[in-house]
Amino acid sequence: MIHQYQLNGYNIVLDVYSGSVHVVDEVAYDAIALTDAGKSPAEITAALTEKYPEITPDDVSECLGDIEALRADGKLFSEDTYRDRVFDFKARSTTIKALCLHVAHTCNLNCEYCFAAQGKFHGEEALMSFEVGKAALDFLVANSGRHVNLEVDFFGGEPLMNFGVVKQLVAYARSIEKEAGKNFRFTLTTNGMGINDDVIEFCNRECHNVVLSLDGRREIHDASRSDWQGRGSYDRIVPKFKRLVEARGNQGYYMRGTFTHKNPDFTKDVFHMADLGFTELSMEPVVSPPGTPYALTEEDLPVILEQYEILAKEMLRREEEGHPFTFYHYMIDLNHGPCIYKRIAGCGSGTEYFAVTPTGDLYPCHQFVGDEKYKMGNVFDGITNTDLRDEFKLCNVYARPECADCWAKLYCSGGCAANACHATGSIRGVYEYGCKLFRKRIECAIMMKAAEADMGIDPNDGEACGGDCEECVEEISK
Amino acid sequence: TCACKTSVANQK
Repeated sequence: MIHQYQLNGYNIVLDVYSGSVHVVDEVAYDAIALTDAGKSPAEITAALTEKYPEITPDDVSECLGDIEALRADGKLFSEDTYRDRVFDFKARSTTIKALCLHVAHTCNLNCEYCFAAQGKFHGEEALMSFEVGKAALDFLVANSGRHVNLEVDFFGGEPLMNFGVVKQLVAYARSIEKEAGKNFRFTLTTNGMGINDDVIEFCNRECHNVVLSLDGRREIHDASRSDWQGRGSYDRIVPKFKRLVEARGNQGYYMRGTFTHKNPDFTKDVFHMADLGFTELSMEPVVSPPGTPYALTEEDLPVILEQYEILAKEMLRREEEGHPFTFYHYMIDLNHGPCIYKRIAGCGSGTEYFAVTPTGDLYPCHQFVGDEKYKMGNVFDGITNTDLRDEFKLCNVYARPECADCWAKLYCSGGCAANACHATGSIRGVYEYGCKLFRKRIECAIMMKAAEADMGIDPNDGEACGGDCEECVEEISK
Repeated sequence: TCACKTSVANQK
């Protein structure tokens, strides 16, 4: 299967099953399309010499030869060799490598679009005790098998409303990780209200990543993210975020915004964050039931798709001027991205990634918390709902018939189970609106790689690989 | 040619 598209002056051909990306001229673009449509070399030659009078039959023949060479090399029109012969998903390992610790089911903001129902997840306000958190970390280590890197995200609600327990849990994890042969990587997701010098010092010492919630322009941010007295939070949190990021040096962080029906022109908010000096940016479509004042609509869709293109072009312009910033969804590594196992299995929710409530209940991920039918067990007794775990094990890219003919399936892995569940009632459903946004983002991200190659930036500059780049394959075959 | 919390391409 191939996917062809034209964007920002580039003719791009993606070979789905090999992951190959080709940038081609107009003649090759048409020749590949005609080959894909089953036309014979004679038919293709006739069509192309008529459309492009300046080329000869020999030119077309040479181009078709290049196409066939790529086919023979497995880089064009490659077949799906994964579906039937490689994976038994139900039999795959059930080791766990990541937890989302809901240390606080309460919040000091009252954001209108909060999928966590203002932090309480449709339940009572609650704070996680050290004992529950410790049991969660012990559960993670005991069930992590051979995984070395274990990830823990402090989440809520607002986790800084239980900062004392957060610090205790990190200290406990550090005290056991060496003997257990593990490497804990902590993430903190915060609205910023509770940031102070103590928090900054802690984050920069202990957190692999911090996720900082900011929606962009003051009027946009404050319209959605106000406190319980109805006062906007922008002016209180932006200076704190700046201090934290400045003190953080080169360590990981993301400014994480949400866009809604109120600002489908969200690139203005992304650029605002970049102009504030933040360089690691993420802006996500709101998760919301239809019909709310902030839910994205069909009318918003063409606006949003155009915004993604505007964003990509502006990022390239700023990169060329020496003021680059990153956008999470455009950070793809064509040669060193995830291996085929990860691409088929997806995010790992309900199998290797769980959310833990303040009382220790386990859910497939943070977006299922509060929905009792998705409770999978607790940190004291482990996974008790193994049928549900098996259902999530089988929830992969091949489980959704709608994905069979989609070119982006090995980039999205079939999409987010929670989004699918909320949109269709089934974790194996498809949230089609999200698919349209995802496909556009991947098209933009790949186009940026082509443009960066023209700017002299090596698209092969990843730090590690899935063991399948040419250098590694050569090394392994020695 | 192993941020958003709500919506594998971007993994390292």
